[in-house]
Amino acid sequence: MSTFAWIAVVIIIVTSVGLLIARDWRVSIILLAVQYLAMFILALLHLPLGMASVKVVSGWMSSAILGMTRSGVPDNESDEENIWPRGRLFRLFAAGIVGILVAGATPTVDNIMADAGFAVTAGGLLLIGMGLLHLGITSQILRVTLGLMTVLAGFEVLYATVEGSVLVVALLAVINLGLALVGSYLMIASSSKEAESS
Amino acid sequence: MSANAPILWILVPMTFGALLLFISNQRALSVLGGSFAVLLALTAQFVPIEEAMRIGTFSLKVDSSFTIFGRILLIDPAQGSLLALIYGGTALWFFGAEAAKTAIRIVPLGFMITALMVAAIAVQPFLYAALFIEMAILIAIPLLTSIHTPPGKGVVRFLIYQTLAMPFILLAGWLLAGVEASPGDLALAAQSASILGLGFAFLLAIFPLYNWIPLLMEETSPYTVGFLLWILPTITIIFGAGFLDRYSWIRSSPQLILALRSAGLLMLVTGGLWAAFQRHLGRIMAYGSIAETGFSLLALSIDPRLGIPILFLLIPARALGLAVWSLSLTVIKENAETLRFGVTRGMLRVTPFASAAVLIATLSTSAFPLLAGFPARFALWENLARVSVGSAIWMGIGILGLLTSAFRSLAVVSMAEEYTSWRPRESLTQMIMLGLGVIGLFILGLFPQSVQFFLSELPLMFEHLGR
Repeated sequence: MSTFAWIAVVIIIVTSVGLLIARDWRVSIILLAVQYLAMFILALLHLPLGMASVKVVSGWMSSAILGMTRSGVPDNESDEENIWPRGRLFRLFAAGIVGILVAGATPTVDNIMADAGFAVTAGGLLLIGMGLLHLGITSQILRVTLGLMTVLAGFEVLYATVEGSVLVVALLAVINLGLALVGSYLMIASSSKEAESS
Repeated sequence: MSANAPILWILVPMTFGALLLFISNQRALSVLGGSFAVLLALTAQFVPIEEAMRIGTFSLKVDSSFTIFGRILLIDPAQGSLLALIYGGTALWFFGAEAAKTAIRIVPLGFMITALMVAAIAVQPFLYAALFIEMAILIAIPLLTSIHTPPGKGVVRFLIYQTLAMPFILLAGWLLAGVEASPGDLALAAQSASILGLGFAFLLAIFPLYNWIPLLMEETSPYTVGFLLWILPTITIIFGAGFLDRYSWIRSSPQLILALRSAGLLMLVTGGLWAAFQRHLGRIMAYGSIAETGFSLLALSIDPRLGIPILFLLIPARALGLAVWSLSLTVIKENAETLRFGVTRGMLRVTPFASAAVLIATLSTSAFPLLAGFPARFALWENLARVSVGSAIWMGIGILGLLTSAFRSLAVVSMAEEYTSWRPRESLTQMIMLGLGVIGLFILGLFPQSVQFFLSELPLMFEHLGR
């Protein structure tokens, strides 16, 4: 199981960095869905299969909600992607710094989190760090939603090691779905004026 | 016959709110929502929980707990007055919603938000409250922005900051349990206190995390923002006081008292001073509400036997003050394109009731004598001065800033061109609601004991605080 956990961490590195640098929303949604799969593997180490499945299913449903909404919204990619220092190189550099910070913090946090396991702690912290980084460098609604969902996914991985309550899992699933719905609502709202003016 | 308190005051209003989504008549929504909230408030105040009530041959007992997924929603018998206060305040906002022309959104969604905030107080273990607060935040987004208008930066920041609070509070709750188990572990205690502080800093929008409030006041309807600026911090502070009540090591920590006092003063002084230099009536209200949160934090920082009653005394004044303030700003905004000073100059002749109400609400927040905010702030100031004269002086500086903003607002709205005629454009409903609100502000200021009926029992909801 430990090997699977480390594979999940590698997947998280790929997906979270991919989410940071991907420009196509379709790629972002796919990466988010894969990220939830990795999160499921890590959650499975501390939660029963049924409860861990709730997390991945709600994550995938959230990804589907965001994808379906985004597909119906006209393209309005701003130039913010190309403006220095927000280009791909900068994002990769920032992701590298987050990676180093996570590597440094993992042993301490693992100790605090009742020895959750290095892989679980590293995976959770990576998701939180990359999500926060994402939130810090974008103002696009879809990206903000992806950032928040990434942070919450990281938190859920860590929190699953110490709290196995059914109510908490259910409420977190509702919050994930709610966040996706709110993100979709805001995406539709932000496109409404552009559609009118075009 | 038996009923269940969490079903009555959480699930029923939530369902009622969902049903109201299908009504699109402003007046019907306002009257229905307000009346139902009053009914909930009255039942909370007068129907005892966990005690059989006999009326003739009819007997009713309201159970206090409701089990869901192995956890409990528990409404303590001592929390009846708090529920009355919350739903009474909500009724106030709903009745004013027709005048603000926001009833279609604020009444249904407001019911759901209020119910979730009540669930946040009721859930056991109590740290799960963060999850319910987050759900309320998500429901607040459609309240703040229409699907036909692009969301501004304020809405996005509100969503981000409030969402980030939840993980911190949940993690802190778990760490605090660890501290309880091994009280000698100072490092763990410091870590949990820091994480908890960060969580509450996001949730209560403590300096410098409050930049979304002025942005929201510029972007959206002041009335809907005002509602959120009342319900969210009020319940969050009660939730925070619950942490203090539960953990004796937090309660007795001198560092925490100092942190609460510093945060409160920072909120009050920055809120007051920033308000004094604004050139936008909405932003002044935003900073006024930030200062209000500062007052509440200061109340928590003094001796709980005095601070907790003051904290509860601040709640009705905040509810009524913000309701009058935001309703009057909504009316002014309806008649002027924005709330900038340049545009609202001379509005006293166009919206006399609203302009006067803005001034009175600002003065009430600024602790002006005879108004609702005065009794609680005066008591707070007096007690703070006993603990620290320096802090009392800083509190005075904050209040001075708020007073300056009130007089600047007065100058702007009354500064009409010479020979400009009076052209009042307020509707009868708006005039009645604003008039009643202003009278209420005076009543609360002149007779603060009038709300003691609700407030006197409230400190009993805490096991240790305020006793």
